[in-house]
Amino acid sequence: MKAAIITFPGTNRERDMRTALKRVTGRDPLMLFHRDELPKDIDLVVLPGGFSYGDYLRCGAMAAQSPIMKDVRDFAARGGHILGVCNGFQILIETGLLPGGLLRNASLRFLSMDCHMRVERAGTAFTSRWQKGAIFRSPMAHGDGNYFADDATLDRLEGENLVAFRYTTEAGEVTDAANRNGSVRNIAGIFSPNLRICGLMPHPEDLVDPLMGGTDGLPMFESLAESLVSA
Amino acid sequence: MKARVYVMPKNGVLDPQGKAIGHALEGLGFAGVNDVRAGKVIELDLAETNPDAARKTAEEMARKLLANTVIESFRVELA
Repeated sequence: MKAAIITFPGTNRERDMRTALKRVTGRDPLMLFHRDELPKDIDLVVLPGGFSYGDYLRCGAMAAQSPIMKDVRDFAARGGHILGVCNGFQILIETGLLPGGLLRNASLRFLSMDCHMRVERAGTAFTSRWQKGAIFRSPMAHGDGNYFADDATLDRLEGENLVAFRYTTEAGEVTDAANRNGSVRNIAGIFSPNLRICGLMPHPEDLVDPLMGGTDGLPMFESLAESLVSA
Repeated sequence: MKARVYVMPKNGVLDPQGKAIGHALEGLGFAGVNDVRAGKVIELDLAETNPDAARKTAEEMARKLLANTVIESFRVELA
């Protein structure tokens, strides 16, 4: 799997992502800056977390207009795989590659803590190493992660089975208390209709090594490495 | 020609910022605040001198960048 991590001014979680990808592929991902071109032979594009362009206007709104995102849109149109985490999820939404919006957390507080998520759909390039219904722990750190979409969009997401992850308790219950940022229907992450684009707010890349305190997030990267072998 | 774009959270979209401001006003002793919504105003100084054309341009800017129409509504005023 040849992965590229795209950074913008203000991105700050690219090194964690690099570590996670290197751990499963054995080689360094390509690190690209917003003015670079996206090479054609890439299997996976990753938009990591951070505060691109200082969150000006709306989180992800400026990055969505940056030069490299035209290449990323073309990559998506060719059926490329894209992972967006945290600010990366916000950028995918602002780019229109995933539906909905991410509002200020319902509590208005920046949340820096662990959460638990339930895998709502297994068998994708992002989730093949999990069983449907698996619960895993993940750190999260964001101020604007409150997923919102209108009812028609939500019904389509649920009807087409495009909800990737939901916030739950450690035991897997979908409760309001487990939904710290207030996301509609506890949605933590979603897929594009072709299942090749995945965006989520929490950071699975921050739990991929026992030294980090656990390997709960590792299955996502193992899934990608296994699914995208010389794709 | 100057144009102002008012961007507001859509009706029905939770506005935690507005809610927090409402609570703070209550805390200051202002009674009778039924609801607060917080948005933003973006002022544009456009080279265009035709009001209709300026409005059209500002609306297109709002749709493409200034507002996220999934969660926000906008209104353009010419000044």
